[in-house]
Amino acid sequence: MAYGETPSQTVGPYFAYGLTAGQYAYDFTDIADPTVAGPDAKGEHIRITGTVFDGDGNPVNDAMIEIWQADADGHYNEKPIDVADTGFRGLGRCGTGTDAKLRFWFDTVKPGVVADAEAPFVNVIVFMRGMLVHAFTRFYFDDEADLNAKDPVLQSVPADRRDTLIAKRVETPTGIEYRIDIHMQGNAETVFFDV
Amino acid sequence: MSTFKPRDWGSHAPYIAPGYKSTLLRGPTQAPLAIKSGLTEGTGPRFAPASVRELDFDLTKNGVVNGEPLGERIVVHGRVMDTDGRPQPNILVEVWQANAAGRYVHKVDQHDAPLDPNFRGSGRCFTDDQGNYKFYTIKPGAYPWGNHFNAWRPNHIHLSLFGPGFATRLVTQMYFPGDPLLDLDPIFLGTEDAAARERLIAKFSIDKTEEGFALGYQFDIVLRGRNGTPMEN
Repeated sequence: MAYGETPSQTVGPYFAYGLTAGQYAYDFTDIADPTVAGPDAKGEHIRITGTVFDGDGNPVNDAMIEIWQADADGHYNEKPIDVADTGFRGLGRCGTGTDAKLRFWFDTVKPGVVADAEAPFVNVIVFMRGMLVHAFTRFYFDDEADLNAKDPVLQSVPADRRDTLIAKRVETPTGIEYRIDIHMQGNAETVFFDV
Repeated sequence: MSTFKPRDWGSHAPYIAPGYKSTLLRGPTQAPLAIKSGLTEGTGPRFAPASVRELDFDLTKNGVVNGEPLGERIVVHGRVMDTDGRPQPNILVEVWQANAAGRYVHKVDQHDAPLDPNFRGSGRCFTDDQGNYKFYTIKPGAYPWGNHFNAWRPNHIHLSLFGPGFATRLVTQMYFPGDPLLDLDPIFLGTEDAAARERLIAKFSIDKTEEGFALGYQFDIVLRGRNGTPMEN
């Protein structure tokens, strides 16, 4: 290794006017926002929501969550992303400080299966003040029990922790929601991955 | 598609760094589970040219309302490369920072220092085909924070990059050489390896300094390399 990696540093409490300007109503453009798939994207349109909890069980109001996922056909977007795109983008970014209940949310489509023997899932990165290094996790879907039971990554997780990765499908008046909370610590500590 | 080399945890801080109090309740306590870096982690977002508007690389201009921002004008040059020294072209670099008085535009920043009506403090740029980026800004001020008695953050600029894949995502902070607050800052010191910490400090460069206009700094950024690629000389 010729060069050492540049260390990660915390995103801090003041990222919003740089990274999530539109969501927080700052006068700057965005490269990503909570819309992962616009109305023209093919597939089942869903919303993913959840709350980030700290070790005391309090909701975190200054986390930033990013997701990266395949489209409904199981393909990752290889086109340059443009937030004006009304189709599938694949990338989402949401801060937890604007929702009244301090939730993150993503408007997307349910991803397809990327590779044989895998279940559909969403890649997730968690950033916040108090994290010097971001953490990777995944969201799986609870209505994919058969595929989840075969997914090599999910099955590599100790059985009693797998539930921390599985979003629960809820039918609401405004559409399909998948709900999943992120617990940084405690009995229900979310499984994070070293990718 | 080749996969990325494992993250070098020796270059990074632990999730729980007791000197930085917020880590105590926010850092995961269980070790992250190893996952093979495969297709999924090798992919990542790329961004349309329209993501960076004409003035977004110049924070001295992109927040102007009725005049020039106050403070010391600087230009930051850097090269984004991987651990094998390969330049990373067409990488989007997002930056944000406090103004010269140490105050962020962010609504929750309550530090008793003035906002600058002509400085927002956020911008972005792409690396060129050699992995080089450049942005103009105002040198950010130090500011107090509540971590401990008389705690002050050193001058710093936040940078955010995706790199070539989701696995190479990096959010970091660039510091300035000779800052006496560095040795007192639990965020900087959170990275335990002193040699790694040095990589967070920009180098002053008289060659990059622009005559009569702006002091120059160089801040190179090193992301994880790929498996199966030879070292470059």
